Amino acid sequence: MIKGNTHVYGDNIDTDRIIPGKYTKTLDLSTLADHVLEDLDPSFRSKVKQGDILVAGKNFGCGSSREQAPLALKKAGVSVVVAEYFARIFFRNAINIGLPVIEIGNHSIRSGHNVQVDLSEGSVKDMTSGEVYEGQKIPQVMMDILAEGGMVNYLKKNKRYVL
Amino acid sequence: MGMTISEKIISQHIGRTVKAGELVITPVDGVMATDTTGPLALKAFEAMGGKNVFDPQKCALIIDHAAPAPNERIANLHTMMRTFAKAQQMRLFEIGEGICHQVMVENAYVKPGDIFMGADSHTPTYGALGAFACGVGSTDLAAVMMTGQIWLKVPETIKITCTGKLQKGVTAKDLILYLVGEITISGATYQSIEFHGEAFRGMTLASRMTIANMTAEMGAKAGIVHPDGLELPYDFTPVLPDDEAHYIKEFRFDVSDLEPQISIPESPDNVENISPYEGRPIDYAFIGTCCNGRLEDLRIAADILKGKKVAEGVRLVIAPASQSTLLDAITDGSIQALVEAGASLITSGCGPCVGTHQGVPGDNEVVISAANRNFRGRMGNPQSSIYLAAPATVAASALEGKICNPKKYMD
Ligand code: SF4
Repeated sequence: MIKGNTHVYGDNIDTDRIIPGKYTKTLDLSTLADHVLEDLDPSFRSKVKQGDILVAGKNFGCGSSREQAPLALKKAGVSVVVAEYFARIFFRNAINIGLPVIEIGNHSIRSGHNVQVDLSEGSVKDMTSGEVYEGQKIPQVMMDILAEGGMVNYLKKNKRYVL
Repeated sequence: MGMTISEKIISQHIGRTVKAGELVITPVDGVMATDTTGPLALKAFEAMGGKNVFDPQKCALIIDHAAPAPNERIANLHTMMRTFAKAQQMRLFEIGEGICHQVMVENAYVKPGDIFMGADSHTPTYGALGAFACGVGSTDLAAVMMTGQIWLKVPETIKITCTGKLQKGVTAKDLILYLVGEITISGATYQSIEFHGEAFRGMTLASRMTIANMTAEMGAKAGIVHPDGLELPYDFTPVLPDDEAHYIKEFRFDVSDLEPQISIPESPDNVENISPYEGRPIDYAFIGTCCNGRLEDLRIAADILKGKKVAEGVRLVIAPASQSTLLDAITDGSIQALVEAGASLITSGCGPCVGTHQGVPGDNEVVISAANRNFRGRMGNPQSSIYLAAPATVAASALEGKICNPKKYMD
């Protein structure tokens, strides 16, 4: 169960807006976090607190394959990303680096709400409005990867994928 | 029940019949990473206990996104890639050899019927060859380099049929821009696309690559052009869909009246006919990228610009998709015509496409580009705006200094 305060953005937030290409060529994760969402909302970096929840509309993370996008969000403190649905590469990347993501379809969550996410049930509860969203449960293999904190630890342990 | 091309390719790889929706673990025929995704992938590879890549002949690293290195930080990431490639005895494509997707196809790292995983979102480009090719991130790529396998969901397929012939002056880029506008940026999320019909049958490999390339702008996992009419410099057995294949959606378009298309800032699917935008002044024109930096693209531009000059106050930047494209365009005179017209020729590679170096636009500048993405800040400056169009449109617009329909220059 993950609980946190929300920051809500709209549809089709692309990876250039999550982390511009010019900052991606680095292995220093704090540089990524420093520029997270900067072309979308320059105030996000100073507003976000450890454990906060990012909420978006349709097709979050479309565009490039850069894993720097979920890494930047995770390093900035985001605990889980909730969206109507995700672009597919972002979805895989997030799980692989151990950033939980959940798809819940249409929703009316607003910024500053208190939200509770249950990944194993695939549900999201907006504690502020009282609304409950029954989202998509992610496949077991992804739950297993998340449980290890990401693909690196998963493969270190299992040596191969297990469906 | 029949199979789509994607279902068939995956079935052939795992040795049993699979259907859309199934989760499978499949062997992979090739992988690549670039200087954007490679360094993180190599770090992940080592962290997950990787010792040797699964097959050095099937793995490649490409230095194309920021090449030559614009600063010491990136130079050191390039060094890291070179060191890894040497230790693993795998091929590294150096600065200037070309854009990842172009060099993978030119060097036959990917072939019809293959399953290929590339750490770059435009990997579906290889659907031009009839391959099932998906973009993945760095950690997924590391896992494939280590295991030679990937887990994936067999995708549903959208069938797009285009009937009719494109008019003179209207190219594959106009067609795919039009289709991106129709399907939208998320219209094919998690799905595969198959392109059928007369409009694709006569297309060159280069044009097919332009088509498959922009399935990434529909959110597709893979985008495959029906291999009917495909010509390659080697023998191959195409993987064809069954007549009774099941498609999740089917679209039909008659494209015989299509006019040149343009994508308006700030999303590739914001596509319109060019006519209402004609006359809009531009500052900067760019031809290149994995979408439109190939020989036929440079040739069209050269034909339009030959013996003329780019409009005053406008700069034209050209980045050939690969070294071999560059050499061919030197041999056939295209490069001379372009440079004489005032074009600035830069290293074969991604160039200004991704805003890392080599041609960042200034504040309030308007760019017309033959690339595939125009998200805000894409070329490195969120205060500039990017229009996407075919190379012919970009060249003609550079000539006039304003957005224009290239038709009058193409007789
Ligand atoms: S040319 Fe542009 S779109 Fe193509 S791989 Fe390079 S950065 Fe990506």
